[in-house]
This record gives sequence, C-alpha cells and structure tokens, in this order.
Amino acid sequence: MSDTAPIVEMKKIKKGFPGVQALSEVDFRLFPGEVHALMGQNGAGKSTLVKVLTGVYRQDAGEVLLAGKPIKPDSPLAARKLGINAVYQEINLCLNLSVAENIFIGREPMKFGRIDWKTMNRRSQELLGRLNVYVDVTQTLNSYSLAIQQMVAIARVLDSKAEVLILDEPTSSLDESEVDQLFKVMRKLRDEGLAILFITHFLDQTYQISDRITILKNGFFVGEYKTAELPKLEMITKMLGKELSDFSYASKGPENQALAEGRAEKDAVLRARRLGLHGSINPFDLSLAEGEVLGLAGLLGSGRTEMARLLFGIDVADQGELQVKGKKVSITSPRGAMLMGIGFCSEDRKNEGVFAALSIRENIILALQSRMGLFHHLSAKRQLEIADKMIKSLGIVTPSSSNEASQLSGGNQQKVMLARWLATHPTILILDEPTRGIDVGAKLEIMEQILNLSKEGLGLIFISSEFDEVIRCSSTIAVLKDKEKIAELQGDEMTESRIMRTIAGGK
Amino acid sequence: MAWWKSLTRRKIFWPLVALAILMLFNLFFTPHFFRIEIKEGHLYGNVIDILKNGAPMMLLAIGMTLVIATKGIDISVGSVVAISAGVVAMLIGGDLHGIPRHPIFASMAVAVLVCTVAGMWNGMLVSRVGMQPIIATLILFVAGRGIAMVTTNAMVVWLYTKPFALLGQGYIFGLPFSLYMVVVLLVLVALTTRRTSLGLFIEAVGINPIAAKFAGINAKNIIFWVYAFSGFCAGIAGLVVCSTVMSADGNNAGLGFELDAILAVVLGGTSLNGGKFYLLGSIVGALIIQTLTVTIYAFGVPPEISQVVKAVVVYIISLLQSRKFRSMLTGVFGRREFAT
Repeated sequence: MSDTAPIVEMKKIKKGFPGVQALSEVDFRLFPGEVHALMGQNGAGKSTLVKVLTGVYRQDAGEVLLAGKPIKPDSPLAARKLGINAVYQEINLCLNLSVAENIFIGREPMKFGRIDWKTMNRRSQELLGRLNVYVDVTQTLNSYSLAIQQMVAIARVLDSKAEVLILDEPTSSLDESEVDQLFKVMRKLRDEGLAILFITHFLDQTYQISDRITILKNGFFVGEYKTAELPKLEMITKMLGKELSDFSYASKGPENQALAEGRAEKDAVLRARRLGLHGSINPFDLSLAEGEVLGLAGLLGSGRTEMARLLFGIDVADQGELQVKGKKVSITSPRGAMLMGIGFCSEDRKNEGVFAALSIRENIILALQSRMGLFHHLSAKRQLEIADKMIKSLGIVTPSSSNEASQLSGGNQQKVMLARWLATHPTILILDEPTRGIDVGAKLEIMEQILNLSKEGLGLIFISSEFDEVIRCSSTIAVLKDKEKIAELQGDEMTESRIMRTIAGGK
Repeated sequence: MAWWKSLTRRKIFWPLVALAILMLFNLFFTPHFFRIEIKEGHLYGNVIDILKNGAPMMLLAIGMTLVIATKGIDISVGSVVAISAGVVAMLIGGDLHGIPRHPIFASMAVAVLVCTVAGMWNGMLVSRVGMQPIIATLILFVAGRGIAMVTTNAMVVWLYTKPFALLGQGYIFGLPFSLYMVVVLLVLVALTTRRTSLGLFIEAVGINPIAAKFAGINAKNIIFWVYAFSGFCAGIAGLVVCSTVMSADGNNAGLGFELDAILAVVLGGTSLNGGKFYLLGSIVGALIIQTLTVTIYAFGVPPEISQVVKAVVVYIISLLQSRKFRSMLTGVFGRREFAT
C-alpha cells in the first residue's frame, strides 16, 4: 500500500491556542486502502489535527494536501465536499427520526416538490447493505442499538463521495460483538479503497484493525509506524515518553494476594445475600471487606452497572438482603446509600456525574454538603479548604478551584468525581468505569489512587471493561455474565484468560 | 483593564446597563421623567410609579427565579394572582362601610396559603407525577382563572376596607409600602438560598438532575418546594394587585403576568436552561420591564404600536445579554478558540 501516493498529506502543521501550542510541526500521511490509527494521550493533539483536516480549525502554518493538491477547507461542510468525512464520538443523529431520514437529512431525494420516500428508503437500505446492516429503515433510530446508530452515522457520510473517513472514538460505547461488527465494516471499506483514520483509546483495537500508526505527544509528531512492526509495549512507551516499569501498579500483584489472604479475618463492611431485581440483575451474593478492592469483570451489559445501581439505591432490590457493617439495611435511594457510607462514581460522567456549570469547588463539596443537610452549610472558607486539599492530593490540574468543571479534561473530571465522594469519608466506594475515555497517564494515576485508598481502609468496588486493570487493582474479582454473577476469582486465578474463559463458559 | 473585565463578567452588569440606557433615554427624551415631588406626605413621580407598579412583578420574579433555576417554568402565576385576589376579596367582603367580614390579616394569610397550596399542586405534578413543567402549570394557568371566577361568583368584587389599601397604595417614609415587601422577601430568599446550601442544591438540580440525585440531593423535594414557593410569591403579589385597585376581577387580575415574570428572570441573567440563578438580576429585569412600560406611556407612543415597541426593545436587551452577540458587535474579544 505504501507504493501508492498518499491521499492526504499534512506537512509541518502548526496550531496554537491562547496559552497552548496544540500542534508543533506535525506531519501526517494517510494512504488509500488503509486504516490508520492516530494515537496519543489526551492533549497530544489528535483532535486538533483532525479538526484542521476537517476544516473546523485553520492551521497557523503548514499545508494540507489532498491527492497532491493543497486544500484549505474553511468548514466541515467544505471538507465534506472534498470527500473528507468525520464521524465523531458523540453521534450527532436525531433519535426520533427514522433511519432513512437520518441518512438523508438535509438532502432528501425529491419528486414533484415532495420527498421521494420510496427512493430514500431504498437507497438507505442499499447504503446500509454496503455496511452489512439490514434493518427496517423506516423505524425510528432510537429503536436500534448504539452500534447500528454508529453504522447509520457512517452510512450518512458514505453517501457523499467519500475518500477519507475519520472515526473519532467510534468504539467507546460499543460492546465486543458490536466492535467486531464495526471492524468488519471498516475492513470492507478499506478493501474498497477508502482511507480510514481511526482514533481510539483502546490499544488492543488499534492492533486488531490498523495497518499503520501515527503517534503524537504533547503536540509533537513522534513517528509513523507500520502496526505489524511496532510492538505494543514500544507503542505505549512512545505515547507516554517513559518506560512502563516507572509505574508502580505493575508490581502490585503480590500485595493484592496478601490482601486477599487477610480478608477472611476482617469483617465484611458490605454483604449481599441473594440480592436481586427482576429484569435487572439475578440474585447474587457479595461480600466486601475493609480495605479490599473487589473487581467486577464482565462485558458491557453483563450486569456490572446494574449491580452497582442496586447497591447504591438507584434501583431498589425486590429480593434478598443487604448488610452494611453487619447490620441489615434496606437502601431505597442514593441518599439512603450515602447515609450508610456508600459512594458511587457513575460510568456516565457527563450525564450522571459532573455539574458542568458549577465550579470545581462546588462539584467537590456537593455530596458532603447534601449529607450534612441544608442548614449545616459549609462556610466558603471550609469549602475552599476541602476542595484545595482534594485538588492537591488527587493531582487535579486546574488554575483554581473556582473554575467551572466544564473546563477540565475528562481525566480531571473523573478525579473531581472521586474527590466528591472521598470528601464524604465513605466506608464503601463503587467506581464504575473510572478510567473510561481518559488518557493512559490519567488512567494510571487513578488506579494508583484506588490502591492508595484501599490501603487506607476504604472498601472499593471497581468496575472496568478492561480486564487487565481489574486484575491489577483487585484482590477479588467477581465475574458477571448475562446479568448474573457467575464466579469469584482470587489470587492466581485472576488472569485475563481465566476471566475470559469463565465468561465463555469453560473452566 | 482587569477591573473592566471583572465588572463585565458579573451577571448583574448587563441588566443594569440595559436599565441605565432606558433611564438615560428618558433623561433626554421624556420631559420631567425624573421629577419627584412630595404630595400628601409621600414621594410622587414616574420613578416612584415604576417601583410601586413594578412590585407585583418583582414579587413574582423572585419565585419564578428559583423555578427557572431548576430548569422549570411556572406559567400559572398570573392565574394564581387572580385566585389570591379573589380569595382575599371574598374574605374581607365588599361592605360599603369598609367593615371586614373576617379579620384582614387572617384573610390575607388564608389567601396566601391557598396560593401556596396551588403551587404545591404544580410542584406535585412536576416532581412526583413527572409532568413537563410547562404542561403541569398550564393546567392551573387555565383552571386558576376558573377557580378565581368561582370564588368571586363570577363578579368583580369591590373593596372599601381602608386599611387593606395600604399594601398596594400606602406609603411608609415616603416610599410605597409594596416596595418594602419586595425588599423583605428578596432579603429573606437571598439569605435562605445563599446562607444555607439551598441555592447550591437548586442550581445542581437545574444543571443535572440525575447527577444531583446521585450526589444524595433530594431533587424531588427541592423541585416540589420551589413551585410551592412560586405559588406563595404569586399569593403575595395577588394581595398587592387586589389592594392597588381595591377590587378582585377573576378575568383580568394578573392577566399576562406570567410572561412578564419569566421575561424579568431571563432579562436578569438566569438561563431558561436552569442552573445558576440571579435574584437581584430578576428584580432589575422586572424594573426594566416596568420602566419600559412607563417610558412608552410617558413618551407618548401610540397605544396601537406600543406592544411592538416593547417587543423590539426587549429583543435588543436580550441581544445585549448574549456574550456571543456582544463580542460580535465589539470585536474586542475576537474569535476565541479553545483546544479541547
């Protein structure tokens, strides 16, 4: 493929924002008929580079060539006319319109001054058929899964004469089989000669699908590599700019084991007996000791989040019993759970966690304040003390605690969520996908925090779809499948292959 | 220019600018607009009129601010004003010698209580039943007028009980009595929302109700009580309205007030998307609307186009509030981009 000329060539691209040099002389080449992964931590400049290519931003210096000719798209629309199409992480579709309407919105085929529904539906079917998706295109979009919605978003851009397809974090909300489906489509499109630029945080997926990798770091071009010639460890090293052994989590294994062994001697702070909710999660037993990290491993939809929601009182159990610190309790609301000393960081930071328009300080003290009640108002001084302490101890990067939370990066928002619950001094903290969608460096920091907290005696329930993370952090792992807890693994049993085999049904 | 930046960043700044521009306009184009005389021992003039006639709107705006901060809306307040006026008028009674049927103070308390219950009804529909605020309060918007009509037996009730006139027509230390009511309510609400955590909780619920629930805030209760409080405010505003004209007219009392109250809140800088709220801004917003109304009369705008003039001015003020528009206009800030 490298003997053909690149379809896109970006040379010495520079782009600065007030206070930040987002891109410093970045080179990038994209060939037809390849899947090219753009890798880098948050702030590496991936989004900015894509936005220059799609005409959202204009570069300060450097040039962009499309099929050898310099282009200067001044809007995403202009870029689209040139054949450069992007599908972003947050799918911009109308859920209440039909699949066909979504595909043809703004350019509906007309007949006698009216929309030609027949043609529109037929062509929608053809387009989706190209992606191996066969659905009723007259149904509204919200009746289909996220994966199908993603396909519809792709079908929409494929209709125009696409030469370049940019997929920005397309897999972050898909489960494994949906990812496979998407990859199949990507391979098909690649073989048809389309140039695909793929951005993801998942390292494994990069290796599954990409032919070539470009790595950026802090706005600088690190290098362009053929995927087959770049070992995974080397890629991580290049992305981080440091050796993996620098991170202490790598050597946490034996400590976890020690914790697991000492566990029997400690009393359980949380114990569930046949706790369940019909239609949500089958009855399960669970016990969590002080200072223990209990990992919940399972695929998307396996019941991990449902379990957490039940323990935190978002959903109310209809069977079984729950004990907190040896006492039988019934938790019927998040507030009730909070008063028992339970905290919960939702996997959906944006919709269920962060208050974008409130300050970081207010975000941090909110749970503590709501536990203390309306009238025991924390003074401004006290709020500031708590917030500053948390910002310091968790390493939240912000000029001031009075900045809006919306100004923080994903990783820092996650730390704010953590801070909110730590401020309440919980005895049990449930972390649902605390590392999702944040860069590798912040992931490691958050995992370090988790281990530190467990050392201080906090009982933690840690949910992650990345099994290696669960294994590194947990002293016990509960494996879930199809809304049921199917096994509990400890010590030597805690390996990725064992978890996967357990889920697959073997031993 | 750090002081300028920090000044313009304050939410109250732009509403005040709008008000000042309106005032300035009057200073140049409306003769005697700022003339204040002393008549019968109290101050008299356009500015005093604005404060006095604007009082019901300011009272409503205080309640509406909290509702809007929770990302709600209460379009029933105009009808609740009519209920309040009807109830208090029937309880005091239209005795020609001014002898009240029931004690005045008790009558007023009952009227406000009835209105608070009306607000609780709204709050229940929104927080427990889960109806959309505009639909939930639309019910009382329609039914409220009916309730007011039933209360007064579909007649306009005239009052002759002199002491009751104090609310809407009386003066203390030369200033309208109703103005003191506004100040007292404003201070009370400001203290309860800012000296306790209520304000933060209301904002949290308005910004992200699910996250608020997950942070242990009882969002349902907060939503319930802001609607109840909005009803309470409408009840008090109704007393003032009734006292001003010494009559209760189920059809016309408080007519269209809900829209002006919402407008006052929005002009004051509180977003209809909920979240951060600005009580003082809402008061300024109500003053802007009242000043505009008086200006239109005083300037002699023909009545047939006065509403159009009002709409145009409100439109301009709204644009002025928009940061995007201002930076477009001045170009001072230029095009700002942030790395994401």
